[in-house]
Amino acid sequence: MKSFGWLACAVAALSGAMIARAAPPQQAAVNDAAIMGDGMPRLLSDYGFFDDAGAQLPVAGVHPYRLNTPLYSDGAEKLRFVYRAAGTQFGAQGEGLLDLPVGTALIKTFAFGEGSERRLIETRVLLHRADGWLALPYLWNEAQTDAQLAVVGARIALTTPAGQAISYRVPNKNQCKECHGLSGEVVPIGPKARNLSHAWLSRMVADGHLDTMPQDADQLPLWEARESAPLTAAARAYLEVNCAHCHQPGATASNSGLDLRWEQQAPEALGIGKRPVAAGRGAGGHLFDIVPGSPDASILTYRMASPEPGVAMPELGKATVDEEGLTIVRRWIEEMAP
Amino acid sequence: MTIRLSIAAALLAGAAPAIAATHSIVPGDGAQEALQEALILAEPGDEIVLAAGRYTLTDGLSLDVDDVTVRGAGMDGTVLDFTTQQGAGEGLLVTSDGVTLRDFALENPKGDGVKSKGADNIVYHRIRVTWTRGPHPENGAYGVYPVESDGVLVDGVKVTGASDAGIYVGQSHNITVRNSIAEANVAGIEIENSRNALVEHNVATRNTGGILVFDLPNLPVMGGGNVIVANNLVIANDTPNFAPPGNIVAGVRRGTGIMVMANDKVLIEDNILSRNPTAPIMVIAYTQEFEDERYNPLPRDVVVGENRYDGGGYDPQLEGADMLLAAFGGELPPVLWDGLGSLSAVEGTAGWNLNLTEAGKGLGAAQPGPLAVGTPGQPFDRSGIGAPAALEQRLGG
Repeated sequence: MKSFGWLACAVAALSGAMIARAAPPQQAAVNDAAIMGDGMPRLLSDYGFFDDAGAQLPVAGVHPYRLNTPLYSDGAEKLRFVYRAAGTQFGAQGEGLLDLPVGTALIKTFAFGEGSERRLIETRVLLHRADGWLALPYLWNEAQTDAQLAVVGARIALTTPAGQAISYRVPNKNQCKECHGLSGEVVPIGPKARNLSHAWLSRMVADGHLDTMPQDADQLPLWEARESAPLTAAARAYLEVNCAHCHQPGATASNSGLDLRWEQQAPEALGIGKRPVAAGRGAGGHLFDIVPGSPDASILTYRMASPEPGVAMPELGKATVDEEGLTIVRRWIEEMAP
Repeated sequence: MTIRLSIAAALLAGAAPAIAATHSIVPGDGAQEALQEALILAEPGDEIVLAAGRYTLTDGLSLDVDDVTVRGAGMDGTVLDFTTQQGAGEGLLVTSDGVTLRDFALENPKGDGVKSKGADNIVYHRIRVTWTRGPHPENGAYGVYPVESDGVLVDGVKVTGASDAGIYVGQSHNITVRNSIAEANVAGIEIENSRNALVEHNVATRNTGGILVFDLPNLPVMGGGNVIVANNLVIANDTPNFAPPGNIVAGVRRGTGIMVMANDKVLIEDNILSRNPTAPIMVIAYTQEFEDERYNPLPRDVVVGENRYDGGGYDPQLEGADMLLAAFGGELPPVLWDGLGSLSAVEGTAGWNLNLTEAGKGLGAAQPGPLAVGTPGQPFDRSGIGAPAALEQRLGG
């Protein structure tokens, strides 16, 4: 037994040496020990997710993906990747979150500006370790060569695509959990089958990364094609993606009793005719979360339309009003039969 | 002397992990990051010590590590100033268990002051939350705000200016709120959808309503009850309601002393009630329409024990106030009941009854008359009411 262990070490050392000597650097592998270990790696490059980090070109095994309807983040361009560890496979779980086994990493980079003007601001990683998911924020350097762990987050002055000068908030480690916390655990939010395209999922199945095609995938409309989608689907997709990570049972805003998940069908839970609980001045003088036919009298849209801390919703992850999202939700409430 | 004392303290604290560390934070440049970093990197058992001074904070703080103590140099010595806060829904958010917060202040948070959610066995000791401009509808909603927690001890805190409730405990179990001051809030102290709560030895003054015990529909946790409100000084709660409309407390009448809405088993005794011009004590059913099969809108088994009343409703904010005052000889008796649910009161309790027959239908059908209710039957069952005794041990020093 002991000698086998010794042998394995020797092989590892040998192969490591061979890679270092023979392999060109762009074929470097992801550092599983950084994902799975106990520590908090100081640099994004410690993980080896990228061939060319500044250009966001991933190494083999790190797969880019997009969500049909994404979370609004002050108009940031978001580059999403998922890393599958060797010897593991993602699993389909109906329309919900993909089963992403221990060893998986989700990587999301936030950028502002286009073309050569693009600047990477931060990269958030979610690491699936043996004791659960860990969320860590990394802040890009001036030279755009690497990003450094920033457990306390940061504030950065920048201009949004809409031309607004804002103090952009990079969340701290705890704030990561405010959105990613569910019943005491940290969980991924984005990669739910219903918000992923058939095309991407089938490619993942074909390449052996995902065990089988999930049922009821690809339900949420493509955000940029929302005008041609049913209004209810567009609005409910928006609320699911932007609000439901907190507004659901077991999550950060559970005590509000508001449940904005895609699958929720009860009108009261969705806020229709529901009185506020702890909204304070966030109620804006209105009596109900949603008044059918009257977006101007609904707390939901009042809070979406406010940039002011203490009133604005979501509380974290944005400093500006999402006018596109607000328009869709307003129209949905407007067309709701009173 | 000092050395000997700290050795003794160390011996006494033998149960604590030997490796507990102290993180010292001082005000000035970088304090925001240093404090938030300490709150993130602390290990269970650690203490974060905030030196005296004023900390200018532009973002909300958060703590998610169990068994951490955050200690300042006194509620007037260490001030976390959120006047220029740019983000987050509260000044400090706690989401871990066994936390002790003590001896510091928060001023002008944009949303709530300190919120602890799903944070069991939390102690708030000598914490001050102040909106310095006084009552204003754009002040934050709650000062001290534990919610969805089991085991809550609030002792010696002071909250001023909250546009909803100064001290608000919601959807929680096993609670003590005591020795605290709630001044110039809409609701001074509010216990909502919670069980086994003891509210004692507090001062509630200049609020719109002094002490509220509410149970509301359509919340994840309902069935509020087993509440004792005793030995409180509830005086001059006469600030006009400044809550933003839409919130349940926006319906609280200026001049309410102690108010029970819905709930099961509430004891009100040994309080001093003075200058609460609408109603020193008010016991009513939930006033709105609702759709929730799990919810009982009536107050059940509410007991009004011996209290000291310095007059009653001398300037009630009620429809038909003039007629009511005339009918009752210039001043309404101290206890107001809407006639729904069940109420008992010790002999000699002066009160009046709206004699409503249906909940949630407004006051249109009221037929006011003198209160005539039975006296309390068996002694109020106090078992299990209040915070776990173990929380008290964290109050020393």
